[in-house]
Amino acid sequence: MRKLPALVLVFTLVFVLAVGGLASANPTKLTLWTFIQQHARFYQVMTDNWNELNPDRTIELEATVLPYDDMHNKLQIALQSGVGAPDLCDVEVSRFPNFLQGVPQLIVLNDAFEPYVDDIVPSRLGIYSKDGNMYGAPTHVGATVAFYDVELLKGVGVDYRNIRTWDDFAEAGRKLRAAHPDKYMGIVETSAAWTVTAMLAQQGTDLVSDDDKPQIDTPEMLRAVTTLQSMVAEGILTTCPDGQPDTEGGKGLLNQGKVACVIMPQWFMSRYLDEIPSMSGKLAIAPVPVFEEGMPRSLGLGGTGTVVTLTSSNAELAGEWLAYAKLSEEGNRMIWEDLGFDPCNTALWTEKSMTHNPDNAYNKYFLNNVFDVLNEIKDEIVMIRSSSVSPTINNYVTTVMLNELFEDMLDPAEVLEEAQYNIESQVF
Amino acid sequence: MRKFVAFLYDQRVAPYVFVLPFVLTFIIFFIYPVLTTIQMSFQDILPGMVTNVGFKNYERLLGDRIFRIAVKNSFLYTFWTLALLIPFPLAFACMMNSRSMVGRGFFKTALFVPVVTSVVVAGTIFRLMFGEVDGSLMNTVRTFLGLSPIKWLRVRETGFAAMVLMACWRWTGVNMLYFLSGLKGIPPEMYESAEIDGANAWQRFRHISVPLVKPTIIYVLTISIYAGLAMFTESYMLWAGNNSPKNIGLTIVGYLYRQGWEQNRMGYASAVGLVLLVVAMAINLVQLRVMGVLGKERD
Repeated sequence: MRKLPALVLVFTLVFVLAVGGLASANPTKLTLWTFIQQHARFYQVMTDNWNELNPDRTIELEATVLPYDDMHNKLQIALQSGVGAPDLCDVEVSRFPNFLQGVPQLIVLNDAFEPYVDDIVPSRLGIYSKDGNMYGAPTHVGATVAFYDVELLKGVGVDYRNIRTWDDFAEAGRKLRAAHPDKYMGIVETSAAWTVTAMLAQQGTDLVSDDDKPQIDTPEMLRAVTTLQSMVAEGILTTCPDGQPDTEGGKGLLNQGKVACVIMPQWFMSRYLDEIPSMSGKLAIAPVPVFEEGMPRSLGLGGTGTVVTLTSSNAELAGEWLAYAKLSEEGNRMIWEDLGFDPCNTALWTEKSMTHNPDNAYNKYFLNNVFDVLNEIKDEIVMIRSSSVSPTINNYVTTVMLNELFEDMLDPAEVLEEAQYNIESQVF
Repeated sequence: MRKFVAFLYDQRVAPYVFVLPFVLTFIIFFIYPVLTTIQMSFQDILPGMVTNVGFKNYERLLGDRIFRIAVKNSFLYTFWTLALLIPFPLAFACMMNSRSMVGRGFFKTALFVPVVTSVVVAGTIFRLMFGEVDGSLMNTVRTFLGLSPIKWLRVRETGFAAMVLMACWRWTGVNMLYFLSGLKGIPPEMYESAEIDGANAWQRFRHISVPLVKPTIIYVLTISIYAGLAMFTESYMLWAGNNSPKNIGLTIVGYLYRQGWEQNRMGYASAVGLVLLVVAMAINLVQLRVMGVLGKERD
């Protein structure tokens, strides 16, 4: 008697599978590697949408999530040797220049992107291009913003909206520290350069010069790191466990509610929603403080360019799917709705039905609407420079330089001089 | 066919047939890659774009300060593993060999378990133990002793010590086993007669055990030097990646990996690899000569 339900179950399962198999008449299998769990989920959603729109060209997406370093190294070996690469792969912006060196082992996506390029912020396509050829689809603008713990600051008499400059920021930090010695105004990174790069952009400069040379030992950089270091010395800023907020240790620290302000690219919203539940309903988003009012208040940071590899046997379909998934209006809408990222189709930023949807999980999590802030700073968002020397610079800055500055508290001028020298000794 | 079989059975041919599998593997998996590496070290290699650059990669290597850090770290690590992983395992082996030792089976197993533990798991556990948060094991110990918590893996000395400790934890068992098998080969009569002659435990160790396990010591020394210079996994696992803060755990192989794979410079990485090969070989040859292993036949 007990066997009957089991039998029924088995038959139903077989039936469902058989019917399902017939319905989707041999979908084309595409493999994709990514290093972010949320991206894999997004691609799956977009594949379902694609399959509905293109019943004759359905896709079965096999997305694999691998650790960051592992994934990039595996892809590099696979492309170098010509075997083992997936059809599509997410490549993080700081590693992207490696894949553009020599003859890129990637498909030129100009044709696939053509229908959508006019809607997309050009500089975001530019960082994944070489010689006028587009090789990667951007995910977001990644505008840096500040996430403030409103209640905590209000408790010490600070209105986050009045924090406009780094001096205001430090002053607020002093008030906070006086009332809560166990809490910090903000975080300084040692294994990522979000804040430092944002501070450089405010002063109109970057880690890479216009002629693609490393520029570390500059007055602008000195001003940035000296400001940060003095705030670390005062206890206003703390170094982040695991080196930066987007890590296990970092998110753990934020979950404890010990930090009043986090300066990160806008996409960090998604990490809040998924992994830092305790801060729900406490945070407001605002422009990043600047050195002097009038300086550009934001910088597009981070990001992944999704590529189609030369070894893909379904490159054309993969390219079209990719363009649909990440560049189409539906895709951009979903990039906000599902991933919580600021889409590269900035026309959507002013579409109230999307941006101010009260049911949106991100809108519910934060006290104010992120697009109000984004639209305010829209014309101030600077773009970073990325070149073949970037991986070397990033490596040194995030393993050695920032640690020396904020963990060991060494003299900034000396650290920068040495950094410039050491990076140059590796760039050729 | 019969002729072929007869050919194989020929006394002059048979030895070559027997060593053929080894020779083939050696050529395919060692000689060929080494030769390609030598060639690659004189090139700049990018996908679809290979250019000959002569000695440029080696010139760059001379001026590369991060490479110098890697070399320094590798040598320091080798020094510490030699200083710790030969005397201690030897002492443990003597204890395990002594009949008066209680619980020999237990200790042997306990010391050997790390060897069969996956280094990925071990690395993760060591990383958590030496975590920078206040609640990590080592910081709890410090707090218990009345000291303030520190960021173990971000400070040069403690980070390096953690790496050496992990190596010791991992390799003590293997080296002990090598020494133990060496000690087992010493006839017990020698100890007995020495005892009758009035030799104490230290004298027996110094004048019987050590000279008779010398071949084993030389063997362990040789492989330890190479293993130390070629270390990569321990560092990679302890810092969850190849990029330890301030390059505390960067080794020569780690640098090779960083240049070759993380920064897409295969030619330069090949030069790094060859320097390692030459250095390790030179040290081993000198050491074997000093120990009197090489050139013995001529005596």
